[in-house]
Amino acid sequence: MRSRGESVISHLILVLGAAIALYPALSILVLAVSERGGRPSPLGMPRSFTLDNFARAWEGGGFDTALLSSAVVAVSVVVVTVTLSVLTGYALAWLRVPMAGPILGVLLIGLVLPYEGVIVPLHSLVKDLGMINTTAALILPQIGLSVSLGVFWMTTYFRGVPRSLPEAASIDGASRFQTLTKVMLPAALPGVSALALIVFLYAWNDFLLALVLVPDNADVRTAPLALSFFAGNVKGADIGVTAAAAVLVALPLVVVYVVLQRSFISGLLGGAVKE
Amino acid sequence: MTAVTSRPRTRHPSRSRPGRTPPPRTGGRRRDWTALLYVLPALAFFGVFVLYPLWQSVWLSLWEWNGVTAATWVGARNYVDVLGDPVMRAALRNSLVFIVFYAVLPTAVGLLLAGVMSRIRIHGLTFFRAALFVPQILSGVVVAVAWRYLYGVDGPINGFLDLVGLGFLTRGWLGDFATALPSVGLIGTWVMFGLCMVLLLAGAQRIPTELYEAARIDGAGPIREFFTVTLPGLRRETSFALVLTTTYALRNFDVVWNTTSGGPGNSTVMPSVIIYKAAFNTRDYGTAATVSVLLTVMILAVTALVLFILRDRETGR
Repeated sequence: MRSRGESVISHLILVLGAAIALYPALSILVLAVSERGGRPSPLGMPRSFTLDNFARAWEGGGFDTALLSSAVVAVSVVVVTVTLSVLTGYALAWLRVPMAGPILGVLLIGLVLPYEGVIVPLHSLVKDLGMINTTAALILPQIGLSVSLGVFWMTTYFRGVPRSLPEAASIDGASRFQTLTKVMLPAALPGVSALALIVFLYAWNDFLLALVLVPDNADVRTAPLALSFFAGNVKGADIGVTAAAAVLVALPLVVVYVVLQRSFISGLLGGAVKE
Repeated sequence: MTAVTSRPRTRHPSRSRPGRTPPPRTGGRRRDWTALLYVLPALAFFGVFVLYPLWQSVWLSLWEWNGVTAATWVGARNYVDVLGDPVMRAALRNSLVFIVFYAVLPTAVGLLLAGVMSRIRIHGLTFFRAALFVPQILSGVVVAVAWRYLYGVDGPINGFLDLVGLGFLTRGWLGDFATALPSVGLIGTWVMFGLCMVLLLAGAQRIPTELYEAARIDGAGPIREFFTVTLPGLRRETSFALVLTTTYALRNFDVVWNTTSGGPGNSTVMPSVIIYKAAFNTRDYGTAATVSVLLTVMILAVTALVLFILRDRETGR
């Protein structure tokens, strides 16, 4: 075993790492709650407290509609993506799907493809479908872009379910679909919720798709896009209000993260770290 | 609870045998064509919104087109032009710098720490892990807003420099030709270092202690122990971290766009910024598509390269 000193040094390194990870986020929070005349000290320590900045960001930046729009988009993307991924993952793991290998192979493209590389034709496609500047323009492409991750995720997860479970269900006379909903899905619930979280995270935080696909409709603008426009438009203006806007955009995810961080982390690591 | 919003639109081989309804759940070895119904909706979305645009990117890259007038076939000329373009060259150079900041640095930090802490019982691991992951859950736009403040003329970084008597170093870090690129790069390091630390630490804790004991009996010091036990034991985690971070470095758009938009000049321009500007500012779709294809190829190549170099070899080191 190693010495006590090494343990202390290791923990000090971890404390330093955690501080570096948290500092920018905390400094923006401090800035957001600071009065205009009472800005944080050079090291970011608070000197005053107010919620005015939030009120001004809420009204001036249209963040009420933006947060709602983000929620609608993210929840829709999650529900459809997870449903499709569960169906496909179950079939690929347990049913005799013809050409299962080639199907997974094609979906593999989606895992490594940078969507920045398809954004131009995607814009043309959405335009041709008459969906530009609509909520559908954000929801449908994001489903397509996240199903490959979802399918791989659920296929792996379903393969981990013990064979005895579906066999018992089929002896009891359950249909294929019933086996999925009554037996397999409950067994794979941790995997489903981690997938839901990770898809929610990506959908909520997306910026480029929103920038390109809903450029000029303030009603369907998502929160990150609204923040980008707001921060860009008021560059010379009050940085405290921008900070408050950033906090508003980050807050819903941070709350979910604090509650469900285990699932989040396993999701972000692609299941590479098993709990 | 099914929310399938679109019927399958792709033509699939299953359709070539319509009306065939095999009995449900047979124990036989036959393929089950109805099982395709479970797969088709997902494939339809994937086909329409990923495969088709991907193909279109390749196709568009062979044309010169402004989105309005008739397109002109130019074959490979877009590729010749793009690769000879000084802005694209700057973007490629910046991409390499970003790989160092976004991928190499965080992975190296993670590996070093994994070496130091490989067999120490960590107290409060849940807290540290949660804190280290915070940069990962924030939107790139939020990250950009935070760092624009930190790097600002009146920001905490300059405030700190003033405080310790290094006031002559203060500047607008993101607006200065000399410091913009490393400044944006360090944002990427910040986003990624926690993920790499957690991933590699978790991997290091799974390395069997017998291996360390054997190394010690052989008289290995801490450095040799790191290179003969820790590093090979973390091959899978390392390649995962490198693929994840390099991909992020090469494709990054939101952080760059919301901090510097590629400026000042072209000092922080990235392929994604060129794609966006070409397609939506100058309406040069051919160029945008060409850079898209090159970016995709770059990412596929780097992924393949990392996976190849760090593949599991039976022979070990």
